[in-house]
Amino acid sequence: MAIRERLSGNEAISYAIKQVNPDVMPAFPITPSTEIPQYVANYIANGEMDTEFIPVESEHSSMSATIGAEAAGARSLTATSSCGLALMWEELYVAASNRLPLALCLVNRALSGPININCDHSDSMGARDTGFIQIYAENNQEVYDNFVQAYRIAEHKDVMLPIMICQDGFITSHAVENIELLEDDKVKNFVGEYNPENYLLNANQPMAMGPYAVSNYYMETKMAQNTAMNNAKQVILDVGKEFGEMSGREYGFFEEYRLEDADYAMVMIGSAAGATKDAIDKLREQGMKVGLLKLRVFRPFPDEEIAMALKNCKVVAIMDRSECFRGKGGPLGAEVKAAIYDYAKDVKAFNLVYGLGGRDFTVEEAERIFNDLAAYDKDGATFEEYRYVGLRG
Amino acid sequence: MSYNFKEEMSKPERLAPGHRMCAGCGGTIAVRAVLRALHEGDKAVIGNATGCLEVSTFMYPYTAYEDSYIHNAFENAGATMSGVETAYNILKKKGKIDDTYKFITFGGDGGTYDIGFQSLSGAMERNHDMVYVCYDNGAYMNTGIQRSSATPMYADTTTTPVGSESNGKMQNRKDLAAIIAAHDVPYVGQSTLLGNFKDLHTKAEKAIYTPGAAFLNVMAPCPRGWRYPTEDIMKICKLGVETCYWPLFEVEHGKWMLNYEPKKKLPIEDFLRPQGRFKHLFKKGNEHLIEQFQAEVDRRWEELQFRCSKY
Repeated sequence: MAIRERLSGNEAISYAIKQVNPDVMPAFPITPSTEIPQYVANYIANGEMDTEFIPVESEHSSMSATIGAEAAGARSLTATSSCGLALMWEELYVAASNRLPLALCLVNRALSGPININCDHSDSMGARDTGFIQIYAENNQEVYDNFVQAYRIAEHKDVMLPIMICQDGFITSHAVENIELLEDDKVKNFVGEYNPENYLLNANQPMAMGPYAVSNYYMETKMAQNTAMNNAKQVILDVGKEFGEMSGREYGFFEEYRLEDADYAMVMIGSAAGATKDAIDKLREQGMKVGLLKLRVFRPFPDEEIAMALKNCKVVAIMDRSECFRGKGGPLGAEVKAAIYDYAKDVKAFNLVYGLGGRDFTVEEAERIFNDLAAYDKDGATFEEYRYVGLRG
Repeated sequence: MSYNFKEEMSKPERLAPGHRMCAGCGGTIAVRAVLRALHEGDKAVIGNATGCLEVSTFMYPYTAYEDSYIHNAFENAGATMSGVETAYNILKKKGKIDDTYKFITFGGDGGTYDIGFQSLSGAMERNHDMVYVCYDNGAYMNTGIQRSSATPMYADTTTTPVGSESNGKMQNRKDLAAIIAAHDVPYVGQSTLLGNFKDLHTKAEKAIYTPGAAFLNVMAPCPRGWRYPTEDIMKICKLGVETCYWPLFEVEHGKWMLNYEPKKKLPIEDFLRPQGRFKHLFKKGNEHLIEQFQAEVDRRWEELQFRCSKY
């Protein structure tokens, strides 16, 4: 019997961490992820889990120590946000190239400056090329479910890559919602024990990690990482299916919300999908065929699957919650457009940026965008190739 | 603790020959000496900050280490080993590991005094059961002899070049051993490459087998950066100690101890003269620079004597 609770996103992922009971967690506080190490430290202090917590002196050190612990053979994780992720940048690449299946609980927050503690995706989008698997959530339930699946994906022998479990700062991390939790034994059985093949503390076979690799070798390591990332696609689907059999909540690369027959669609990541779904329901009542593709897995990027899901749409709005300053769009826009170019050339796509630094994204805003897409399609109204939505008047 | 040089030297090497470090490199000698202090049968994980040592001893697909080894990056050898040591504790507690492991990480002065200082400070303050060994060659040698905060005053480096308007580095070196001692760790030792290596061996053994965090600062000359004939390394080290430029001391549970007091303290010129990086100090008209250098050596030596006299 599932356990019905009311938890915030931070509480939900911390509860999942407690149930998984990993070996080592180094962490350094940063808003809005601070509660995660606090909850874990409390669970440990009260004997509810036996993870070793390392209160490190910076995020660079939290990822460095997580790498050390994972390399030693311990299932490890850390948590951070924004500038904390930026400080551990070089270490993200090291974790991935060392093929360490550690977990990072990311609570998405805008990068400085100006300093801002609220949600956007500039932190994780900036880390999209580090070699981490990236899985995003719309709400606390998805955060919880994603973490329970995390090690199964990362530690799979065909994958062996670090994994970032992302949720939206404050909107998801601090808002309390209803949630269905799994029983401890179900989680433990699902996740299983970590028995690495190679690790530093293997008495039978010492190992060396983190070599200097000259041009003769470096390129093959990148190719191997990319192969592993491609392998992750099937593993994510398999684990999502198995999780569904256990919990009744199956997961894939993305959620399609009333997308099948939609003329106009939005593509977005994270919590803003909630407002968008409300707008879709409202417009559907008015007879407009609108839908949503809510992307869950950004790395590996399911390009063909996304394009196939969008191929019958007339016009699509790709919604970016981060700016990458290429002048004409954000990172999600670039990648979805590339996918459409390869697999669904007839679909017209516009790129919009919204919600930076915690700017609200409302049902009305979503309705306006759908109406503008329709006006462009039916009346030939202009629609800028790249638009900022929700700016101050 | 009895010490037999011949016995120690006949132990199997834990840093295998065939690595790519320069002939006569002080760092390599220091690493071998420290690893000899590991008791036979004890396993170890060796850590390393990015630097000459790392790029020359673990060049894919070859490792020179008989033990497990981890290099992560330049500035995080302390934090990385914190993670390894913590993993050991929990895996041992869970019964997944039987063997005894020791944790020793090496960094040059760049990775230790400068870019890795925060990571080192954190690891020491948290008192992980590990040894951090700085092989201090007084500059960023791996990138081509740039000044560090361990570089002595007036040294000629590629970022403090001697010229018509410059006498080399303008600042004194940071006293890192004292700074780490101020972290209240169980053991800090300062040593160098001397005679039969008893001093370094003894300190390494104490550092490895004292529970909790330990720090060793080992002066490890670099013939290329210091510009002296390679074969003179042992002479240079001895002069460092006899001039009191590099005193031998240890701090055990807060107690400062001087391990060697020269019968006759030699003038600092004796240490500076054989080194090309100080050549300009011996030009006519620069006598006052040597006087300043001597005054700083004297000041630090007196301060150290005072610290040690309290116990």
